[in-house]
Amino acid sequence: MSWSATLPLLVLASSLLPGLVIFFLPEERVATRTILNLSGAVLKLVLVGVMIRGVYHGYHYETSLALLPGLDLVLRADPLSLLFVVLSSVLWLVTTVYAIGYLEGSPNRSRFFGFFSLCVTATIGVALAGNLITFLLFYELLTLATYPLIVHRGTEEARRAGRTYLFYTVGGGALLLIGTVWLYAIANTLEFTARGFLSGLDDTCHPALVIIFVLLIAGLGVKAALIPLHGWLPQAMIAPAPVSALLHAVAVVKAGAFGIMRVIHDVYGIQFAAGLGVLLPLAVVAAATIIYGSMRALFQDDLKRRLAFSTVSQVSYIVLGTAVAGPVATIGGLIHLVHQGVMKITLFFCAGNLAETLGIHKISEMNGVGQRMPWTMAAFTIGAFGMIGVPPLAGFVSKWYLGLGALDAGQEWVVYVLAGSGLLNAAYFLPILYAAWFKPPAASWPSESSSGRCETAWTLLVPPMVTAVLTLGMGLLASAPFSLLEWARFITSLEYAP
Amino acid sequence: MLEFHWQAILILLPFAGAAGCFLWPQRAVPLGLFVASGIVICVIGAGWQLAELGTQRYAVGGWGAPLGIDLYTDGLSLLMLAVTALAGLGISIYSSGYFSHERARYFWPLWMFLWTALNALFLSADIFNLYVTLELLGLAAVALVALAGGADALSGAMRYLLVSLLGSLAYLLGVALLYHGFGSVDIAILAQRVEPSPVVWAAAGLMSAGLLLKTALFPLHFWLPPAHASAPAPVSALLSALVVKASFYILARLWLEIFPFAGPGPALLMGLLGAAAVLWGGVQALRQTRLKMLIAYSTVAQTGYLFLAFPLASVTGWTAALYMLLSHAAAKTAMFMAAGNILYFGGHDRIADLDRIVQRLPLTITAFALAGVSIMGLPPSGGFIAKWMLLEAAIRSGQWWWVGILIVGGLLSAAWAFKVIGYAFTRSEAPHDTRKIPVVMEWSALLMAMLAILLGLFAPWPLALMEIGSPFDREGSG
Repeated sequence: MSWSATLPLLVLASSLLPGLVIFFLPEERVATRTILNLSGAVLKLVLVGVMIRGVYHGYHYETSLALLPGLDLVLRADPLSLLFVVLSSVLWLVTTVYAIGYLEGSPNRSRFFGFFSLCVTATIGVALAGNLITFLLFYELLTLATYPLIVHRGTEEARRAGRTYLFYTVGGGALLLIGTVWLYAIANTLEFTARGFLSGLDDTCHPALVIIFVLLIAGLGVKAALIPLHGWLPQAMIAPAPVSALLHAVAVVKAGAFGIMRVIHDVYGIQFAAGLGVLLPLAVVAAATIIYGSMRALFQDDLKRRLAFSTVSQVSYIVLGTAVAGPVATIGGLIHLVHQGVMKITLFFCAGNLAETLGIHKISEMNGVGQRMPWTMAAFTIGAFGMIGVPPLAGFVSKWYLGLGALDAGQEWVVYVLAGSGLLNAAYFLPILYAAWFKPPAASWPSESSSGRCETAWTLLVPPMVTAVLTLGMGLLASAPFSLLEWARFITSLEYAP
Repeated sequence: MLEFHWQAILILLPFAGAAGCFLWPQRAVPLGLFVASGIVICVIGAGWQLAELGTQRYAVGGWGAPLGIDLYTDGLSLLMLAVTALAGLGISIYSSGYFSHERARYFWPLWMFLWTALNALFLSADIFNLYVTLELLGLAAVALVALAGGADALSGAMRYLLVSLLGSLAYLLGVALLYHGFGSVDIAILAQRVEPSPVVWAAAGLMSAGLLLKTALFPLHFWLPPAHASAPAPVSALLSALVVKASFYILARLWLEIFPFAGPGPALLMGLLGAAAVLWGGVQALRQTRLKMLIAYSTVAQTGYLFLAFPLASVTGWTAALYMLLSHAAAKTAMFMAAGNILYFGGHDRIADLDRIVQRLPLTITAFALAGVSIMGLPPSGGFIAKWMLLEAAIRSGQWWWVGILIVGGLLSAAWAFKVIGYAFTRSEAPHDTRKIPVVMEWSALLMAMLAILLGLFAPWPLALMEIGSPFDREGSG
């Protein structure tokens, strides 16, 4: 087996094998488990680095296994998949550190970290999938691996959230399955190809292709939390903070949004999909989701629920960027895939810190918390300003490209949606910041736990600081060479060849 | 070695094992395990022979058909032999830990005898031999169901006996009609001679009805849940994984070779009954309060999928259904083993009280979950491959209604499987009386479940193996 075929497998194995070993570790082997987790995460980053370098120099990484006669399981590194792989593996490392600190002393940690690693493995599989059936396989695996994490706490509430999650995602998976089989029956291939593989088909297939598009997007929209399929996401808030981070930034909603991108870019092709007339309705749904999510977020007092509705809204920026058929908007969607992840994970880490250190779960309890936990709240502030789209933070760059792209494609209405959503974002984030920094603190916090010299444990403090710095850096250095923006331009150039 | 008569050994070995286990009950366990491994080796040998030389026909005692008894192997029979060997090996290992000494002395001879009947059935080249082996199989199975003792088991076994006899009788009547009409019971000869006529239709109807009853196709499934649920766990596993599949195999042989002219009407009827079974079995499984009853109803549903092969025969329906059979055998064996572990450990299988048990049996609940993944048809698993092929066949042939059935059936299975798996995550403090569980029982359940998952990654091999001698191509040529 050659190196180019082994590397994608190694990238998968770097989280799969530690995960499987961790399942069998006794609960009290904390050190072994931590070493396994961190070495897996670091190794994965190194391997991904090697892979990026290779792809940059024109190497082709691909491995396949015959799944059925005529259908292969394919893992392939292309520019788009690398975007997602990098996002997931960087954030996985950060989240692992955070989770180790967050879950210290709680029961069933071997089970937790086992499924945690499986979850990331599935996400990397989703990213590297070279055809739709491979994508489907890892997408379903992700559903299965996430369920135990959502119900991890084992309370009645957690189990209810788990049931809701399964109800939505298994149903969505079924739609995706029908769409995929049908597509295979029509096109006889499922291989992801730049600019799609369907444009050569006979015109008589087009009505069927529209229905298949609806099926696929509905199946993926469940995880991407498009309305009306978003119901599971706010409920899943019951899970521990690292799981929320995983759901919102690293894995689940991202897999949905990434899948929508794949279907539009590499199955249908942006221009062919625009020709079918399916992109405008999708853009409208995404816009509606953006506004609806922000409106709902406005009225939540529970901090994590507010952040969850904010995710509903923000993930649809990615979908919107993809659905507005124009190169600049596509760039906006691509970079927001990464930006949203980094910003949202910062916010969730901070929310977790507040809950873990001071017992704060509600926004009405946050008065003056900036004085007690300045570093955490500083990170939170950067994340929140990024979400609002204040320059020079990462969120600004995404919104700039999205807006510009919409004007470019002659769809002015999108700009109004972006502006309205920006206002709403400000309306639900600024009061939090005001309360945290400027209101006098309450006499006592709901349940404070001692935390040593810093404001909280360093494992909880470092991850949000890192991601906040990333948020800042990705905004400031957006146009530097080798930046995310460059990579997104490169991907876009493949999709819009003359 | 290539010319060796593996088929004969496949029948003689378990038969000798049955006799040995009966005569030396103290040595029954090692003897049984030896025979089980021997059978696996013989099946590998037969498979190798088949791949190298093509289909095999062996005349017992040198007397060929129509006078003597022929043993015939093609891809289809090899697949059934392999399923039996794999599930049988797993069940044997599991049973070595499960049974007390007192029960073991009855279990092993009966199980070896049942295995003999199964192997002979899959190797039979004529419909009368199929009848004989079917009857032997039924008797061994009934005795095994009764092995649990107690009123439940005995009434379940009694009902099973009556159904089994009735089914075989109907089948035998059909055999008699065909023999009277065409002067032979050999499948290959009948395939050439049989022409559509009222007598043939009557024979086909009788034989099919008898076999449907034995396969427990809805609405003839009423006897299956009590019989399968009241039996000891390894017996439930072998009944669900193997015994109901044997009558399905005969049905497949008859329809593929002797009655290929039946046309779309009867095929559609089979498909509709199968669809009803998928839905009814799924809904009933969801309503059960006892774990073993739940799994038994799931067998009713999964049997329904197999019958979708009839309307989808023109495309890849048969290969898909047989792959379903293969992965269901592995998954269902694992599931009944897991249920057996739970019963053994905690003394009951009330679903609502499972939380206290399954949290202390992580390997067992993992086995259950992995088997569940295959049964609900999520990737990667054998169940997914089979479901994909069935979906593709339905879409390619424009029979959209089956798509709905397949999807709804999968969702129903997901609903009941997660209902059970969810209990692994609740916190329960209440202590529970438990009995220590042998390690082999937990691991054999897990390995069978992993086999069901692995079948999703190595599908091209079994699929290629089944096609040897192209048992599925005779449709339409008759």
